[in-house]
Amino acid sequence: MKKKNRSVVSYNKWGYIFLIPFTVTFIIFQLIPLVSTVVNSFYINYRDGLETVVKFNGVQNYVKIFTEDHVLRNFGNTMIMWIMGFIPQIVISLLFAAWFSDPSLRLKGQRFFKTVIYLPNLIMAAAFSMLFFTLFAQEGPVNNIMESIQRLFGVLKEGEAYTPYDFMAHTGSVRGLVALMNCLMWFGNTTILLLAGMMGIDTSLFEAAEVDGATSNQIFWRITLPILRPILIYVMITSLIGGLQMFDVPQILTNGSGQPNNTSMTLIMQLKAHLYSKNYGVGGALSVILFFITGILSLIVFKFNGRTDEYGKA
Amino acid sequence: MAKNIQVNIVEEKTKGGVKSRRLVAYIVLGITCFFCLIWFYVLLINATRYHGEIKSGFSALPSSYLFYNLKNALTGTKPILQGMINSVIISTCTAVLCVYFSAMTAYAIHAYNFRLKKLIFTFILAIMMIPTQVTALGFLQLVDNMKLNDSFIPLIVPSIASPIVFFYIKQYMESSLPHELLEAARIDGAGEIRIYNTIVLPLMVPAMAVQAIFSFVSSWNNYFIPALVLTKDDKKKTLPILIAELRNTDYANNDLGKVYATIAFSIFPVIVIYLILSKYIVGGLAAGSVKG
Repeated sequence: MKKKNRSVVSYNKWGYIFLIPFTVTFIIFQLIPLVSTVVNSFYINYRDGLETVVKFNGVQNYVKIFTEDHVLRNFGNTMIMWIMGFIPQIVISLLFAAWFSDPSLRLKGQRFFKTVIYLPNLIMAAAFSMLFFTLFAQEGPVNNIMESIQRLFGVLKEGEAYTPYDFMAHTGSVRGLVALMNCLMWFGNTTILLLAGMMGIDTSLFEAAEVDGATSNQIFWRITLPILRPILIYVMITSLIGGLQMFDVPQILTNGSGQPNNTSMTLIMQLKAHLYSKNYGVGGALSVILFFITGILSLIVFKFNGRTDEYGKA
Repeated sequence: MAKNIQVNIVEEKTKGGVKSRRLVAYIVLGITCFFCLIWFYVLLINATRYHGEIKSGFSALPSSYLFYNLKNALTGTKPILQGMINSVIISTCTAVLCVYFSAMTAYAIHAYNFRLKKLIFTFILAIMMIPTQVTALGFLQLVDNMKLNDSFIPLIVPSIASPIVFFYIKQYMESSLPHELLEAARIDGAGEIRIYNTIVLPLMVPAMAVQAIFSFVSSWNNYFIPALVLTKDDKKKTLPILIAELRNTDYANNDLGKVYATIAFSIFPVIVIYLILSKYIVGGLAAGSVKG
């Protein structure tokens, strides 16, 4: 495509020179850590008196995370909380993107709505989680409001004491809160992504369908969704990769305990606990497994990206 | 013209339907916005109320203890103000380094032809999705060996290699950096580094600004790695770590007004900046996703 004449060729060594900062940084801060993480996963280290002993441990660390370390349980927790947040998120996002892009609806104030729904995405997850913990505490505003409502509708009799609902003591409510926060933080982002995809669809398709008498429901299910499929899959897998990294929200909400009964303990919370206690062997094995899962998922995204590119060019 | 007439005819037929659908859309959007904002409203209200007032029940109206609570939060045992300064320093340096060097990497791939170009480009795309968490273990050992514990360097410098930012700027370059311009500059005798700094960078400002905002925000919000690197010295800790420690300490004994004020202190600056820049942020997001 780009025909190069002789004089330009001599400049091309600058390509390598400009790549030096990226390459050096990548090797030092990502590649070396990755290699040493993998190496660590085959060793065991423990303190013997004042000295740290490091010994080769074969695949024992991998066996250990499946037998003693409940990696499958934590994987399950992570996935359940991801799905609980992702399903409402994708439904709301699809609906909003369809509304925003529907020319016959002509919604006003779109910029305002987009600004508001994207806002939670920028909030520090740590602070957001701490905020929810405070709001949903036993003496927090949510319980206060629930009490007022029950008194208003006479569920609680005059003089009867209100027993606050302990959101942190029930599996469903803790997972629900984590899912709610993740959904709130990400549906705006997903809406804008899907909207961009919908805006890219040739409008003559919609017009033709309308002239043929298709209802807006039919247009959505028969035209918009099938065309959007690659973007939907992209959104789903990137969200899944993000979901596997779920950490800040459940960590701070449950103070790292994964309460009640470890039912909200995620994979990365487990990893953080190992890193914090310098449990490098088991932590390494866990990292390697995470690496492979995200690697496979990324490959799928990579493939779809290639395909959407082709679609965009066609 | 013909198209418009057709559309109008169709609209006439379904006018009633469109009206009711529009109403439903506004109602649902309104409710959703309410659920996006209510938490921050309660946060703001409670940050203005005295501990005893908060304990006695919820109120939708603010009280007058905002400055009292803020003062308590800022002069408490946790160095919140220092934390914010640390966060600003780290996030700003991260954003600047990340954007400058990602543009440089993008420029290398975009402007030059060399043998390993395709391979390197594919490689960078391939590592795009690998989360920092999976290499955190080796990263921490490295930081230990380099004696960089409680230092900002391991939180700032790695951002030089940011595949996602690189990819975004590369896409932007393809549409707005013609090769002819570079050739012309070379004919005029400009060196390659000078061409990059004085010709390429100014042209990349729109894309770099969007990405600088995003990398600032993600560094500002980052909790996992900083919590493992900045462990000892309280004065070096960033805001997310201090917020998390608020949860660690015996929560029930805390002054709730102070807790809310601390959270508000870490959330509202971002909200204000976001509202000022929202046009670019929301627009930039869409632009990136169309291209990506």
